[in-house]
Amino acid sequence: MAQTPVLEVRNLRVEFPTRKGTLVAVDDISFHVNEGEVLGVVGESGAGKSMTGTAVINLLEPPGRIGGGEVYLDGRRIDNLPYEQMRRIRGRQIGMVFQDPLTSLNPLYTVGRQLIETIRTHTDLSEQGARKRALELLAEVGIPSAERRIDQYPHQFSGGMRQRVVIALALCVNPRLVIADEPTTALDVSIQAQIIALLKKLCHEHGAAVMLITHDMGVIAETADRVAVMYAGRLAEVGPVQQVIQQAKHPYTEGLMGSIPKVGHHTDRLAQIEGSMPRLTEIPNGCAYHPRCPKAFARCFAERPDLITQGATDVSCWLYDEELQRVEAHG
Amino acid sequence: MADFAATALDKSQNRQTGGAGAMESGAAAQPLVRVEGLAKYFDVSPPLLTRVLEGQKKAIVRAVDGVSFAIPQGKTFSLVGESGCGKSTVARLVVGLYRPTRGHIEFEGTDLASLRTRAQMAPLRKRLQMIFQDPYASLNPRWRVADIIAEPIRAHKLMDDDRGILRRVGELLEQVRLSPRDGEKFPHEFSGGQRQRISIARALASNPEFLVCDEPTSALDVSVQAQILNLMKDLQRELGLTYLFISHDLAVVYHISDYVGVMYLGRLVEWGEAQQVFGSPRHPYTRMLMDAIPDLEMTGRQRIPVAGEVPSPIDPPSGCYFHPRCPFANERCSAESPMAIPVGSGEVACHGVEEGRI
Repeated sequence: MAQTPVLEVRNLRVEFPTRKGTLVAVDDISFHVNEGEVLGVVGESGAGKSMTGTAVINLLEPPGRIGGGEVYLDGRRIDNLPYEQMRRIRGRQIGMVFQDPLTSLNPLYTVGRQLIETIRTHTDLSEQGARKRALELLAEVGIPSAERRIDQYPHQFSGGMRQRVVIALALCVNPRLVIADEPTTALDVSIQAQIIALLKKLCHEHGAAVMLITHDMGVIAETADRVAVMYAGRLAEVGPVQQVIQQAKHPYTEGLMGSIPKVGHHTDRLAQIEGSMPRLTEIPNGCAYHPRCPKAFARCFAERPDLITQGATDVSCWLYDEELQRVEAHG
Repeated sequence: MADFAATALDKSQNRQTGGAGAMESGAAAQPLVRVEGLAKYFDVSPPLLTRVLEGQKKAIVRAVDGVSFAIPQGKTFSLVGESGCGKSTVARLVVGLYRPTRGHIEFEGTDLASLRTRAQMAPLRKRLQMIFQDPYASLNPRWRVADIIAEPIRAHKLMDDDRGILRRVGELLEQVRLSPRDGEKFPHEFSGGQRQRISIARALASNPEFLVCDEPTSALDVSVQAQILNLMKDLQRELGLTYLFISHDLAVVYHISDYVGVMYLGRLVEWGEAQQVFGSPRHPYTRMLMDAIPDLEMTGRQRIPVAGEVPSPIDPPSGCYFHPRCPFANERCSAESPMAIPVGSGEVACHGVEEGRI
């Protein structure tokens, strides 16, 4: 991999200072996204996946702050830029799609106004040129009769159509990176499939890198090229989507996959992970997953595992370290 | 009054035979719940003055429009569909939170709509209970868990000594795999999954036979969802419960159901045994939904997106409501509303299936 990844995150740490001490919401996470690639970030609520997304674009709500690590966009460090400079990068090079399209759109302006304003702020197109571009974009994201719809307000669009508008808004200045945080969670299955297909197609065409944050493994399976599994603010496993889903290495990923009901596989009981994810205040020592892990052994209780490379997958689990040593001892 | 007496008689007979029968064979022929031609219309017209001044018409939403199905004892019947298709309205109608505009809901042969007063409803009420989607909104934050669970016991005067009630609450908590000591706590001390367990314990407090579950796992993470689904299956086996399960998640429905009904714009387009509906779906809408299921196996199958969106129920299309999105639609579909015809173990409402085109 000689090319510079579009997004590279090294040892990112997000913390919240509270009166009772500092809570670490994202703990030492490293990953990268290449051009034209979709990286899925999965995990249960509270795993820190959205927090990672907001930290990358430097929009953490105070008192949350980046407590360490570096974020690079096209090889340029962006986590320590002054606010105004970062704002320009966010507008021009990073597109964002959030779960609820209504919160990303201003209800008081027409859809066209919002698109044109964004385009004009970040390019030197004229008013007319920007309107033409806005119309093209709306047609591209599959909004029928765009000429009429462009002068309508967000409330006149249905949920699925609104999300299309938000995608158009995110892509209107050809960003390098698109961060999509649960873009389909509020939508029905049938609309979900349309939006996913659209997002994937557009990003491939525009050559953008995508960070797709979701709790839905089905969406990941279809959309992502690689997937990062998060647990309690840490990375459990990162690897090609096929491998992670079908031959999960980390016991957590394995448990998570087993607990998803699947059409066509009739089982009486779903595999279940006992207990629940620890709160930020009570993350255990060693591997954060050890109290729920059926394969935990002494080392898991005491030492936190690093990412260990296993083929194309990186996994943070001591099981693989031991295996590695055994293989080395024999070889 | 005659109805009421008949119910009481039915009930005492069923108590002796029904529960045990459902547990040993699991295949009771007599349906516990039968819904026939059920409809619920909501008046969403603008105020009278606006109508007069601006010449606007009355507007009626046909949230549920002629739905019929039956649930055998000890089985799970699921309703699936996209948002706005009326599945939650059916749930609310069945437990009596809404009064139907038309149609019948029979519980062991007694028509719920014929019971007019609270006193008449009360004996039936405790036998059917509901679990709601949002475990954060459905538990009173100012009550201790023990009081929340004891509420149905007190409301129906099933027990009157406080120590007995406390013991029963402890049992219920253990039944949903919580600790009896959790009764002392308040809802905010629990996670979403634990709260949903508390909701289940509360629903079980009055010894119901029938539970209506409206998206009970939609607000939960997958691993927690698996715990709740397993618990619900265990309880069904232990207590011989019958479920009406409402969900938009097809995989969850496949896992939990014996029978599945697919709803579209207030109508049931297809229902039957789960294996049949999922294995060989007949209605074009059902097929579209099946194709839209995210594929975890990644066999290379491209998910086929369903074209278009659900039309507004205030102004539904003519004929078959699905015809504007249906690839097989012809003139008859746009003119004439299809009747349900028997297919296999269930029914399908589609002209194409009836004519053998699909």
